[in-house]
Amino acid sequence: MSTAARLAGTEPAPRTLGPLTVTDFVRYQGASGDFNPIHHDHLFATSSGYEGPLGIGMLAAGAMNAWATDWLGPDHIRRTRMRWKRPVFAGHTLTITGKVVAEPHEEGQDYVDLEVSVHNQDGELAVQGWMRFVRPPSAETAP
Amino acid sequence: MIDRDAVGAEGTPFEMRIEAGKIAEFARAVHAHHSAHAGEAAVVPATFLTSQFFWEERVDDANPWHLAKMSQERGMHAEQEYVFHGPPPRAGDTLSARSKVTRIWDKTSRSGRVLTFVEMITEFRDDTGRLVAEAILTGVEPQEAP
Repeated sequence: MSTAARLAGTEPAPRTLGPLTVTDFVRYQGASGDFNPIHHDHLFATSSGYEGPLGIGMLAAGAMNAWATDWLGPDHIRRTRMRWKRPVFAGHTLTITGKVVAEPHEEGQDYVDLEVSVHNQDGELAVQGWMRFVRPPSAETAP
Repeated sequence: MIDRDAVGAEGTPFEMRIEAGKIAEFARAVHAHHSAHAGEAAVVPATFLTSQFFWEERVDDANPWHLAKMSQERGMHAEQEYVFHGPPPRAGDTLSARSKVTRIWDKTSRSGRVLTFVEMITEFRDDTGRLVAEAILTGVEPQEAP
């Protein structure tokens, strides 16, 4: 059992993104190198049966991961898993929340396990995530 | 129709250079504000290795994902995982990577529809050959109703 103060209950406030724009999608596509036209070409997206350009799963998931790494430090992440539950579109507003679900001590190392999620403006789950961090030095997460 | 013979297919190794400017651009796009993403030794955002495909597609036969023949219309990205065997890569690192189709399996949804899943794992190694990260991509294709 670690003597360090527990991080459960000290999670940062939810982060809200949006309303998402096609410009947000294009900025992410340039950064990631995924130029699937379904995310920016209105004619292509509507002819594929969508109401407009489809949001990018990895953009919402990337923002979800950023919420956590901004808190516990990008150097400390060791594992992150994300699962998509429903698509997002331009105009949607996303809310990222998360909580500490375990603070295990394994093989001489303290870890922090998180469950995180992204919901749309109607409260529907869009992305689910699970992450493991090595426990950062306490000074790095002090408010 | 998924080609189940793709299981075990391995791509040609490819190089991925981790660059400070690209990290800054990616961090801005995903709203990652931590100061560790800035500067010449910037650490990558947690999902940055998704930009592997930019490097992978420049090398012939590096990406074995295509061999599974997932439908462009019905195929979807179901799940993604990154594992880091230590601190994530930093600007200045040059990684040697290789992708392999590791599993193809079926699952029946609650509505009775058969879903076919394809998993590909990409291993990233540093210049000493040490495994530094793995990317696990899972795609899903609902089978067409008979």
